[in-house]
Amino acid sequence: MLKTFLIGLKDLKIAFRDRAAIIFMLLTPFLLTIGMGLVTGRFSSNDNSGALNIPIVIVNLDNDSLGDALVEVFSSEELADLLETTTSQDAEAARALVDKDEITVAIIIPAGFTQNIFSANASQSEEHQVEFYANPSRPTSAGIVKTILDGFMARVDEMRVGGITSVTQLIISGRISPEQANAVAEEMGARFENTPTDSDETLITLNTSTNQTETNEVDMLAYIAPGMALMFLMYTVSYGGRSILAEKSGGTLTRLLVTPTNSMQILGGKVFGIFLTGAAQMFILIGATSLLFQLQWGNMLGVILLVFAAVFGATGWGLLITAFARTPNQVGSVGSAVMLIFAIMGGSFLSTENMPDFVQTLSKITPNAWALDGFTSLAFGGDTASLTTPLLALLTMGILLFLVSAVLFGKKNLVQK
Amino acid sequence: MTNILEVQNLVKNYGDFQAVKGVSFHIQEGEIFSLLGPNGAGKTTTISMLSTLYEPTAGDATVAGHSVKKNPMGVRNAIGVVPQDLALYEDLTAKENLIFWGQMYNLSGKPLTSRVDEVLEQIGLTDKAKNKVKTFSGGMKRRVNIGVGLLHKPKLLFMDEPTVGIDPQSRRAILDTVKDLNKQGMTVLYTTHYMEEAEELSNRVGIIDHGELIAIGTQKELTKQVGETETLILHVGENEDPSALVSALKGLPNVIDANVVNNEISVVTPSAKDVLASVVTKANERGIKIHSIDIREPNLEAVFLHLTGRALRD
Repeated sequence: MLKTFLIGLKDLKIAFRDRAAIIFMLLTPFLLTIGMGLVTGRFSSNDNSGALNIPIVIVNLDNDSLGDALVEVFSSEELADLLETTTSQDAEAARALVDKDEITVAIIIPAGFTQNIFSANASQSEEHQVEFYANPSRPTSAGIVKTILDGFMARVDEMRVGGITSVTQLIISGRISPEQANAVAEEMGARFENTPTDSDETLITLNTSTNQTETNEVDMLAYIAPGMALMFLMYTVSYGGRSILAEKSGGTLTRLLVTPTNSMQILGGKVFGIFLTGAAQMFILIGATSLLFQLQWGNMLGVILLVFAAVFGATGWGLLITAFARTPNQVGSVGSAVMLIFAIMGGSFLSTENMPDFVQTLSKITPNAWALDGFTSLAFGGDTASLTTPLLALLTMGILLFLVSAVLFGKKNLVQK
Repeated sequence: MTNILEVQNLVKNYGDFQAVKGVSFHIQEGEIFSLLGPNGAGKTTTISMLSTLYEPTAGDATVAGHSVKKNPMGVRNAIGVVPQDLALYEDLTAKENLIFWGQMYNLSGKPLTSRVDEVLEQIGLTDKAKNKVKTFSGGMKRRVNIGVGLLHKPKLLFMDEPTVGIDPQSRRAILDTVKDLNKQGMTVLYTTHYMEEAEELSNRVGIIDHGELIAIGTQKELTKQVGETETLILHVGENEDPSALVSALKGLPNVIDANVVNNEISVVTPSAKDVLASVVTKANERGIKIHSIDIREPNLEAVFLHLTGRALRD
């Protein structure tokens, strides 16, 4: 284990002493991020943050204060650049639009939603829950909409808990008896219900207009920066893969094999070196864009987990390319081609949602697409729970590619006698 | 003295090709043993099996009591290897290289740093310790290459043609280093195709050709195989055809053998000065122009020629 770590550290040191590699790993993605930021107007004075216009439909069957507030939030001026919201009264028609890929998400607010929330015995049954019907082929946009909806629901829930706490405090302080609790709770609910939604006193409206619009502001750089970083992560993993074959042709692999170090420690060390270098590259780019451009990458733990998962998945690809190649130069050439193809397919330049269906499907084999979904979700306020799918996809991708590469390495007799 | 290396009928096949054909020999502690042979003779393959890089097709060898087949890790702990080609990280400094390779030999902490300093002193690169290897000359790189093999004070050091492709000054320095190491008690298995190196360094020499160990012993024992003979070397022009002359020379009195390799005719005789006149006369009779003549006393080259009918550099 120690030797695996030492071999990995040695590779990290060598990678960061290679000027050409540093240019590709750090400088190029950074400059491209600036360049694309300039093109999209991210750095211009009017702070044109770009428009996504995610098409959604809201079916408000509640027609009560909370349902109306939710519609109001999604139709607000602040989210106009982000969402293209329409309303409907037909849930089935809305779902059909999603199925036909004409819109990204249908949000269906059930009848009696407000009533249920404010009742003393609120039901958790499905019929009283807001339905989020998303298009699986547009995970990034759906993730953004889900984040906004989750924020709204969290405020509603907070309000409910606040009500329960207030009633409990009244009982504890002796101001009301337990027998009066139901009546007081229902009275509080009715007061909330009757409060106009556009009033400053309305908790929902207040929070929507402050917290949510702030966290959900669309910053194109939040898409561009991870896109570029992920594109050049593929360069880094192929650079690492190249180093395995370079050690073979340079004689150091042979020399390692006659030290008291077994072949699994050596291969593990090389893989760890690729992983370390990739992770270091990603964290440096994230740190630099955060400091210099005040880019909000989102939940810190989520970013760390996603970086590790993305590097793991990309390392798998680096190993696979290495396993097929015969010379370090072949890894370099194939790696560069894969880097560009994955960047295009995976949405590093243009969101996959604007691509044909078959490209969107194909993009799922790239770590770029999954990691970009995750980074976008985080940038729009998502937490670690919102990363479940990208994390699982990237880890599965990495494990599968590692297994295939190990079999191929074994056949090539690369680190075995 | 005890044997630190014992090799028994070692065989290595690559498909139908047999690279090493049942080689057996031993090395005693404190010896410098040279495997002498031309390129492709099987020297590197033999060392690769002894250093556990390749598994033998048949036979076995024990290094410091550890079988290369049954306990390769034990063997690796006991040996140091200086490969024929440089095997270093050019972007790391000399010291960083030595530290990394020391760690691979399970050294750490203070013992590692003090041993690295000792080795840098030994290879004469203390003042260049912090320079990247890629800035070094070929000879300096060779010295670092050797230093790596010495880090864990191995019981047996394998040196595979360490002087190939370097300048005479660096070559001299390497040969002196090998002698110094031996004086300090290190046992060395040295492979070379340079007869002079084997003659200068070795206590015993094994001559290997086409994967077979064709002779083994001290230099004196080996040259005795040739007998008390001398070799007359005639250098002839490139356009000459000396084959007829060689046949004629073989018929001369006091000529034991005659061979031709490229533009050199070797005449083995008990006394070179006694046959010199008649050899020159025969050449003149056949119109073959002699450019120069050398007289060589018995040496390992002559032994190789005697045993194989070919020169070492063929």
